[in-house]
Amino acid sequence: MNNNDSINKVIKVENLTKKFGSFVAVDNISFEVGKGEIFGFLGANGAGKTTAMRMLCGLSKASSGKAKVAGFDIYKQTEEIKKRIGYMSQKFSLYEDLTVYENIRLYGGIYGIKEKDIKPRAYDLLENLNFLDKKDALVKSLPLGWKQKLAFSVAVFHKPKLVFLDEPTGGVDPKTRRQFWEQIYEAASRGITIFVTTHYMDEAEYCDRLSIMVDGKIEALDSPQNLKKQFNVNSMEDVFHTLASKAKRGD
Amino acid sequence: MEIVNTYNLVKKYGETYALDGLNLSINKGELFGLIGADGAGKTTVFRILTSLILPDSGDAKILNLDIKEDYKEIRKNIGYMPGKFSLYLDLSVYENLKFFASVFGISIEENMDIIYPIYKHLEKFKDRKAGKLSGGMKQKLALSCALIHKPKILFLDEPTTGVDPVSRKEFWEMLKMLKSQGITIIVSTPYMDEANMCDRIALMRKGKLMSINSPKNIIKDFDEVLYEIKSDNMYQLLNDIREFKKTKRAYTFGVSHHLILEKDSKDEILEYLKTRNHKNIFINRVEPNIEDCYLQIESLYE
Amino acid sequence: MKKFLAFVQKEFYHILRDKRTMLILLAMPIAMIVIFGFAISTELQNVDVGVLAPNKTSSIRQIINKINANKYFTIVKEIDNSKDIDKSMKQGDIDIAIVFNSNFNSDPKIQIVIDSSNPNLANSEMFYISSILKDYFQDANRNINLKPSIKTNTRMLYNPQMKSSYNFVPGIMGMIFILICALMTSVSIVREKERGSMEVLLVSPVKPIIIIFAKMVPYFVVSCANLLTILLLAFTLLQIPMNGSILFLCLISLIYIFLSLAFGLLVSSLVETQVAAMFASLLGLLLPVLMLSGMIFPIDNMPIILQWISNIVPAKWYISAVRKIMIEGLEFTYVLKESIILTVMSIFLIIVALKKYKNRLE
Repeated sequence: MNNNDSINKVIKVENLTKKFGSFVAVDNISFEVGKGEIFGFLGANGAGKTTAMRMLCGLSKASSGKAKVAGFDIYKQTEEIKKRIGYMSQKFSLYEDLTVYENIRLYGGIYGIKEKDIKPRAYDLLENLNFLDKKDALVKSLPLGWKQKLAFSVAVFHKPKLVFLDEPTGGVDPKTRRQFWEQIYEAASRGITIFVTTHYMDEAEYCDRLSIMVDGKIEALDSPQNLKKQFNVNSMEDVFHTLASKAKRGD
Repeated sequence: MEIVNTYNLVKKYGETYALDGLNLSINKGELFGLIGADGAGKTTVFRILTSLILPDSGDAKILNLDIKEDYKEIRKNIGYMPGKFSLYLDLSVYENLKFFASVFGISIEENMDIIYPIYKHLEKFKDRKAGKLSGGMKQKLALSCALIHKPKILFLDEPTTGVDPVSRKEFWEMLKMLKSQGITIIVSTPYMDEANMCDRIALMRKGKLMSINSPKNIIKDFDEVLYEIKSDNMYQLLNDIREFKKTKRAYTFGVSHHLILEKDSKDEILEYLKTRNHKNIFINRVEPNIEDCYLQIESLYE
Repeated sequence: MKKFLAFVQKEFYHILRDKRTMLILLAMPIAMIVIFGFAISTELQNVDVGVLAPNKTSSIRQIINKINANKYFTIVKEIDNSKDIDKSMKQGDIDIAIVFNSNFNSDPKIQIVIDSSNPNLANSEMFYISSILKDYFQDANRNINLKPSIKTNTRMLYNPQMKSSYNFVPGIMGMIFILICALMTSVSIVREKERGSMEVLLVSPVKPIIIIFAKMVPYFVVSCANLLTILLLAFTLLQIPMNGSILFLCLISLIYIFLSLAFGLLVSSLVETQVAAMFASLLGLLLPVLMLSGMIFPIDNMPIILQWISNIVPAKWYISAVRKIMIEGLEFTYVLKESIILTVMSIFLIIVALKKYKNRLE
């Protein structure tokens, strides 16, 4: 691999492992994610996705292995990493009792964006979303689809290199789900790397590359098309079933 | 024979209508699906039908019993698994089951035959605390607890939300098995693909029914020509087909985009896309599925 | 009945498996007794006294010796001029200064300066020191036949050593039962609402009254255990004399425990989250117990409105009854008023709570 290539890798993971006592939650995983890539991180409940994601975000310390996120070491430079990543989960991202603008300002402040820069950038964001007239509306008064759009925009407001999306579309209707993915596409086309987990297999198809975790290990890693070819099936659903039904853990 | 009937159910929370005049009838022995997003009103329907809340107006009958007057009788005959997880995590598998059996004044053994196909997966963990079970196992236990008194109707509120595809599939297999034993099952889900497993479905949106029919008939009612379309740059493709003046609707659909055009404009769009420098364009007519139908019906309501 | 027992069994599983909470519940009375009985004390201990005497006549020396001989007071400093009094007090060297006038023999005058930043303490210090002085002058009068002054003779009844634990033990009892019964019961009911299991129970044919009473049983048992611990500790560790009948004491405590349970039940039917239940119990129940029950602040000194309000604080009646039985050793007939008030309150609360308790979610 040449030098240039390794610079373009936003995530580099080598033999990463996390143990809780004798339980190996994440078992020796290795993968790379390139700049601007939409990387799907799939696996059954309890396969170790959340644990792996936490280690990459610098929230949880790995037991062994190496990993670099946005060029920084996950053991020593977690603060640097946190400045350069965005995070959005289904459960929490916006404060419902703050207005749209207040939420944006808050996140801008959290990521150390200068006060004088926040305002123009916030207005740009609101204009892009066609939200300008909703600037002072409380977030809880917005429809779900809007909230989600806003949550994503806020997660990338500080122009991170990489954004982690943890089941961002659970329980969301088909239309809102699609709008959301279009936003992801758009962000990726601007060079933001997307790291996403989902239980929707059609969403898996939208990813450039996918990994499927089973019992803490990465059992498959490729583009959706190649995976289907590799397992000789027609849909990602079938790929997932073939792999995940091998799982022994939990049950 | 109809086992559930609702007449113009209305329920308001503050200014928003959770239910806005809902009319629904469900047949005995059916596996009936309520399909809709968060906020469509699915949970409110369940809560009214299980006698947990009263509607602001309208009526409903279950097993020919009135939900307002005869709630005591209704409660003896239904099983309910709420969306929020409802087992006691500090009790063991067996203790949970025993407790829910005693709530209905019966022993586990009395109705073991009905839950056994599900419980058999759990038997070897029967002394494990419910909190230590995996997601799929918890779900099986919750289902066993909801079934232990042999209810005539089973209400399941989003049992598969946040559950991985493999466990979801297993869960639906169990539901089919229960249906074959004659239990009427009413289940809600935000997953469109699960709709195909139901005998009939109701598509809900903002407290109203958009459509109620068998999945097959709902698909049959899709009266437009649907294309799937692909090219090398999928995101650009979506933007471009949306700009095309004869495009009615276009949306992502897994590997391809789905596209509904005005009549006879397929060739025209191909020409148009070539001018936009798309390579390897592939367009093909496809049959719609429930998700396409949901999106079609929803577009009519906007 | 079978259903009821199944519920009770389940409730016992819950609280027995939550080891940490269980430990807190059982250890709390012990901790409170220790804290209130020893650490937080309004008794006099080690009071440092400074003396300013321009001429040290023999009578002054006698007085100083008498004070120094008392176990509560120690003369630590002789002060030269009145400015130093303030200084020494600020530095914390002395708590009290005794100032004799310069012609003490012919015209005896004594000024007592007390650091009254803690008024309760200052009061008792004042009381003690003046009784020592009074004592001295009475003796002196007899010997040298000075003109007779008015004799006051104070006798402290029931608590001759003015031990603060006598006051606090009934207060602790009033507090513990509210905490355990009201707070824990309401939190445990609301927990079921929060986790969604209440929905399942409501949808079942079980009568709400069964759910509710089953919730109360374990906390009732824990409270009885606590009652026992408190009484044991009170007699052994704090050596509080049990002047009255233990049976009456237990009886009135049971009424109070039941009342606290009813309170918890009422709270649980009014709130939706565990946090809200906690706040409601702490603000609505514990605070009045601390402030308005007479446990810390004497009710007679309160503004008249607060005195009225204190009448609806059950702990006031309970604490008063416990004091009467435990410390004063009165017969049950003397606490009849308290017992009746508490019983009526309990019945009222349980009726309101059961009325408020809904068969449905809202």
